[in-house]
Amino acid sequence: MVSVEGIDRMISEHPFFSGMEPGYQAMIAGCASNQSFEAGQYLIREGDNADHFYLIRHGAVAIEVHTQGQTSVTLETLHEGDVLGWSWLVPPYHWLFDARAIQLTRVIAIDAACLREKAEADHSLGYELYSRIMPVMSERLSAARLRLLDLYGSPRKGQ
Amino acid sequence: MKTSQDPMTPNLFQVQRIRRELADTFTLELTAESNNEFPFLPGQFNMIYLFGSGEVPISISGDPAQPNRLIHTIRAVGSVTEGLKSCKSGDMLGIRGPFGSAWPVEQATGQDIVIITGGIGLAPLRPAIYHLLANRQRYGKIVILYGARTPADILFRKELERWRSRFDISVEVTVDQAVSNWSGRVGVVPKLINRADFAPEETTALICGPEIMMRFSVKALQERGVKEDHIYVSMERNMKCAIGFCGHCQLGSQFVCKDGPVFPYSQISSAFRIREL
Ligand SMILES: Cc1cc2nc3c(=O)[nH]c(=O)nc-3n(C[C@H](O)[C@H](O)[C@H](O)COP(=O)(O)OP(=O)(O)OC[C@H]3O[C@@H](n4cnc5c(N)ncnc54)[C@H](O)[C@@H]3O)c2cc1C
Ligand code: FES
Repeated sequence: MVSVEGIDRMISEHPFFSGMEPGYQAMIAGCASNQSFEAGQYLIREGDNADHFYLIRHGAVAIEVHTQGQTSVTLETLHEGDVLGWSWLVPPYHWLFDARAIQLTRVIAIDAACLREKAEADHSLGYELYSRIMPVMSERLSAARLRLLDLYGSPRKGQ
Repeated sequence: MKTSQDPMTPNLFQVQRIRRELADTFTLELTAESNNEFPFLPGQFNMIYLFGSGEVPISISGDPAQPNRLIHTIRAVGSVTEGLKSCKSGDMLGIRGPFGSAWPVEQATGQDIVIITGGIGLAPLRPAIYHLLANRQRYGKIVILYGARTPADILFRKELERWRSRFDISVEVTVDQAVSNWSGRVGVVPKLINRADFAPEETTALICGPEIMMRFSVKALQERGVKEDHIYVSMERNMKCAIGFCGHCQLGSQFVCKDGPVFPYSQISSAFRIREL
């Protein structure tokens, strides 16, 4: 069991929350717990309730999608310092992909309902959260667009 | 020493070995018919003449400290490169070169070095990596960031693994697409730049890959605070003469064959932004 001070410190040290007002960090810590996942364990399953999101402290997680009868495809991997999941912000709050630890992974898990409630009660906290999550979403979107270009594909394909 | 004084006259080289690297990529090991050595600087290229087919610019991918063997790594994309793929040991090729500018490995002494590359782009950077590793004590941190399409498309995989196992450099490999049995990174190369361990104000960056990848990498480096004139990119344009006569390779006010292929980004940043060249 990790003490509240321990979680506070982990949250303040994680790049996603770094520089945030300590009062807000403490509010977030009230919704947070420390968890770890063995390689191969799923943090998230497609279709499940998006009731947590995760700050990766150590390890690596593959975001995957299943196609019937085939090996699942890895869309992206996330690593130390990354934040995992934003379906907890978008109704109906269901995960759209799987997330699987590809090595021993330690995370801060944040209870989404708890944080949504706090953000609802204090819109400045909500604004802080959104202004941190938006750049992450934008970075992931532009990375996804870059990959759509298939930069290293054969120049002759489609001819 | 070069055998022919005339830069338009190819020298004869014999294929000693051909090594399949990937489904469409291979490495030729050549020696001069004259047995002369072939000194070059990391980043320089040759015009390779496949008799009866045509001539293509190809960077040298071997070790500059071993000028007795000329090494080229080639991706078969069209008529000449497909023809080169069918070469056998003993075949003769025409070589003009070495041409062009080099990676600034001497100027970068004392700096952290970040190498950012994707796909076949690792080949033109390999001579610079050999040089940096042979002179490891002269540089600060060395970081290699490499991207490929899928795990099966990772060029020089064994070498990357060997470099990665060293304690004095950091190597990150990422792929654009993978299935779940791949336990490495999936994502684009520029994303690796944010978290890489180097001191931006004392860093020289060397980039080679598809132009879009280079553009996004430059942006990520600039966001980290790397100075524009410490960022070097290797450019590709169609070539004919390779010595600044014909104008085929013009890029803004520069000739890629003579002023490049390696440019400080500050010198060609405007051409990078032109939409149709
Ligand atoms: C300075 C310099 C260094 C180079 N170094 C290397 C190297 O080390 N290894 C290597 O494999 N290639 C390298 N290239 C690219 C190489 O020169 C071309 O792939 C080659 O000229 C293609 O000739 P081709 O006759 O086989 O194909 P073409 O018949 O000329 O072209 C066939 C198809 O490939 C496309 N194509 C042509 N050139 C390129 C290219 N550069 N990139 C992507 N698509 C292309 C064309 O648009 C066309 O669709 C370098 C180019 C330059 C300018
Ligand atoms: S190839 Fe002729 S000027 Fe560059």
